[in-house]
Amino acid sequence: MPAIIKDGAIIEDGWVRLTAEQIEQDGLPADGDLIVPLSVWKSQREAIAARSGRTTVCLAPGDEPAEIADDLAGLPLVAVYFPAFRDGRGYSYARELRTRYHYEGEIRAVGDVLRDQLFYMQRVGFNAFQIRADRDIHDALQGLKVFSVTYQGDVKDPRPIYRRR
Amino acid sequence: MYVYQDYDRQLLTERVAQFRDQTRRFLAGELTDEEFLPLRLQNGLYIQRYAPMLRVSVPYGMLNSTQLRTLGHIARHWDKGYGHVSTRQNVQFNWPALEDVPDILAKLAEVEMHAIQTSGNCIRNVTTDEFAGIDAAEIEDPRPWCEIIRQWATFNPEFAYLPRKFKIAVNAVPAKDPALIGVHDIGVQIVHREGETGFAILAGGGLGRTPMIGEVIGEFVAWPHLLSYLEAILRVYNKYGNRDNKYKARIKTLVKALGVEKFRELTEAEFAEMKDGPMTLTAEEVERMRGFFSEPPYDTKATDQPTALTDALGSNKAFNRWYHTNVRAHRQPGYAAVTLTLKKTGRAPGDITDDEFDAVADLADQYSFGEARTTHQQNMVLGDVRQDQLFSLWQALDALGFATPNFKLLTDIVACPGGDFCSLANAKSIPIAEAIQRHFDDMDYLHDLGELDLNISGCMNACGHHHIGHIGILGVDKKGREYYQITLGGRGDKVTQIGEKLGPSFDTDDVVPVIARLIDLYVEQRRPDELFIDTYERIGIEPFKERAYASNN
Repeated sequence: MPAIIKDGAIIEDGWVRLTAEQIEQDGLPADGDLIVPLSVWKSQREAIAARSGRTTVCLAPGDEPAEIADDLAGLPLVAVYFPAFRDGRGYSYARELRTRYHYEGEIRAVGDVLRDQLFYMQRVGFNAFQIRADRDIHDALQGLKVFSVTYQGDVKDPRPIYRRR
Repeated sequence: MYVYQDYDRQLLTERVAQFRDQTRRFLAGELTDEEFLPLRLQNGLYIQRYAPMLRVSVPYGMLNSTQLRTLGHIARHWDKGYGHVSTRQNVQFNWPALEDVPDILAKLAEVEMHAIQTSGNCIRNVTTDEFAGIDAAEIEDPRPWCEIIRQWATFNPEFAYLPRKFKIAVNAVPAKDPALIGVHDIGVQIVHREGETGFAILAGGGLGRTPMIGEVIGEFVAWPHLLSYLEAILRVYNKYGNRDNKYKARIKTLVKALGVEKFRELTEAEFAEMKDGPMTLTAEEVERMRGFFSEPPYDTKATDQPTALTDALGSNKAFNRWYHTNVRAHRQPGYAAVTLTLKKTGRAPGDITDDEFDAVADLADQYSFGEARTTHQQNMVLGDVRQDQLFSLWQALDALGFATPNFKLLTDIVACPGGDFCSLANAKSIPIAEAIQRHFDDMDYLHDLGELDLNISGCMNACGHHHIGHIGILGVDKKGREYYQITLGGRGDKVTQIGEKLGPSFDTDDVVPVIARLIDLYVEQRRPDELFIDTYERIGIEPFKERAYASNN
C-alpha cells in the first residue's frame, strides 16, 4: 500500500485516484476507495452511489470548490490536484474549503507535491500529502517544520501576529 | 524605521537555514533546475548572463547606516565592489557566487535585511514615495501602512505561487502620484474621510508589454479592513488569473478580461466574508506601527533659510545650482531633503560602490539621523538635513561625485541593467544612457531645459519604466540587431500616464541624434515656463514625429 503524509506522520493509504480518461476507458471499479475528478463526480452520480467502495472527489485547477459545497458533509476527504507545483490555485481551493465551507475532513494534496511547498500547504488547510512518487517521503516530512514564526493567521490559528501578542 | 522584534529576527534566521538547505540540495542534485527556480527567485536570486544576481529587499526604500555598511561589505567581499539601486528601490548585486548566497543572506539577516520575495511570482517589495514623512502635502505617513502590508505579504502561504509577479505601492499625497500607484498591480491611495483614514484601492495597473493604468476597485476601504481587502483581491487573482501565457498573466489582463464591474463583484464577495474577521487591523497595531516612524529628534530651533545657507547660495554658483535641483523642501522648518544622484556620466545609472555605501552611511550618521532612502529613480536621499548644514554636506557629496546637479533633469536617466547584465534584455541600456549623458554635458543647457524624465528599458519587461518617461527608450531586437523604439508623453510625475510610440525604431547610432532633434524642437516651440512635457502636451506628437524622422529618409 502506498504511503502518504497525514497529520504530520507517514501512514499507509488505500485510496486510488483515477483520471477521467482512465474511467472512460475502464469504467468505475466496483470496489475499493476511489478518488475521481470533478467532471466524473458530477456526471456519474448514480454509478458512484452504486459502488461498494467509498468514492470522493479531486479538484483540479479551474474547478470551483463551490460545486462540491453541498457534498462536503458526506466526504471523508477531498483531494486537490497540482499538475505542476508552481500552479498555486490549489492553495486558494484548500483555504476556501476550510474557511468558507468549514470542511473538517481530510484535504489531500496530490500530483506534483514536493517538500519545499508543504509548509505553505499545511497553513492553507492541507493535512495530507501524497508526495510525488520519485521523491523520498521521509525527506519531504521535514518540509512541514520550516518556520516557527508566521505573520498571518492560517487555518490552524486564524489570528494574525498582531492578535497573538 | 521599523525595528525588528524577536520574532522578525527568528523568521529571518529560519529563512536563511531553509535557503542554505535548499541550495545544498540543489548543488547535490536533489533539486532540479526547475524545482529550485521559484525557490531561489523568491529569495531574489536570478541566474543572469554572467553570474547570479541577488536582489536585496529594501522595504519601501528605507535604510539605516548600519544596513548601508553591510551592503558595502557585501559588495566588497562577495561582489566586484559595487551594487545597483533598482527602479523598485531594491539593491542588486550582479556578481555573487551561488554557493555564497546563504552566507550573504546570513550577513543581511544580522542587520534585519533579506531578499525575501524580491522576485518570483509572489507579492514583491512594497514601495512608496521616497519623500514619505517629509512632503508637507502628504496626508499622513504611508510607511506604517507599508510595513503592515509587508508583514501580511511575507511568506503569505496562499499567494506564493501566483500566476505572475505582484507589486503593491502606497501613496499618501493627494492629486499626485509620486509612488506610481497607477502602474502597480495594486495601488493603495491613502484618503481621509470625515477624519478617518481609509484607502482607495486600485488594481490592474502595470507596465511591461501591455502598459495599463489601474482601475479603482475599492473606492473607500476603511483602515481596519485594509488587509482583508487586499487579500480578497489576491484571492480572486490567484484563482482566476491566466496561467497559460506569461504575457497575459498579470492582474491587469484579468481586470480587463472580466471587466472592472465583475472584478469588483468577485472581490467584494470575498471581502464580505473576511470583513470584521480576525484579519481586521486593531488600533493598537496601527499605533504601534506608527510609533516606528515617529519624527526624528529635530532641532526645533532650526529655521528656514538660515544665514549659513543664504550666504553660501549667494557666494557659490555650483552650490546654488545643486541646491535648486537636488534639495527639496521639508515639512519640518529648518530642514531639507537632499537627493544624491547616482547618475554621474560614465557610471551605470543607480550603481554604487562598496566605499560609497560606507560614505553614504557616514553622511547619513552625520547629517540625517542615520537614515537614507533609495528611490525608484535610482538615486538616494538623505531625508532630514538641517539647512545650515547643506553647504558642508554638498562639499562632501561633491567630493564623492554624488552632487551632480541633475536631479530630474535630462541626464538623471533611469535605466535597467539591460543587455550588459540581464539575460532577458533585447538590447543594452547603459551605453545608451551614457551616450546621452555625454552628448548633453553642458550643465547650463541642461538647467535651461528644465525637468525632463528620460527612461530606458532593455526589453518589454520595462524595468527602466520607459512607458512613464517624458521620453522613453525601449530596446528591441530585430533579427539579432539592437534597435530602439522611442515613446513620448509618458508621465510618472504628478500623474501617471503611458507614453505614445513615436514611430519605427532607430538604429543604436541614431538614438542620440534623434533625442537631440526632439529636444531642439522643444526649445524652438516652448512657451515661457513650459517644460518638455508641457510643450509636448500642447502641440502633440506630430511635430516631434516629423522632426525625428526628418533626416532618416
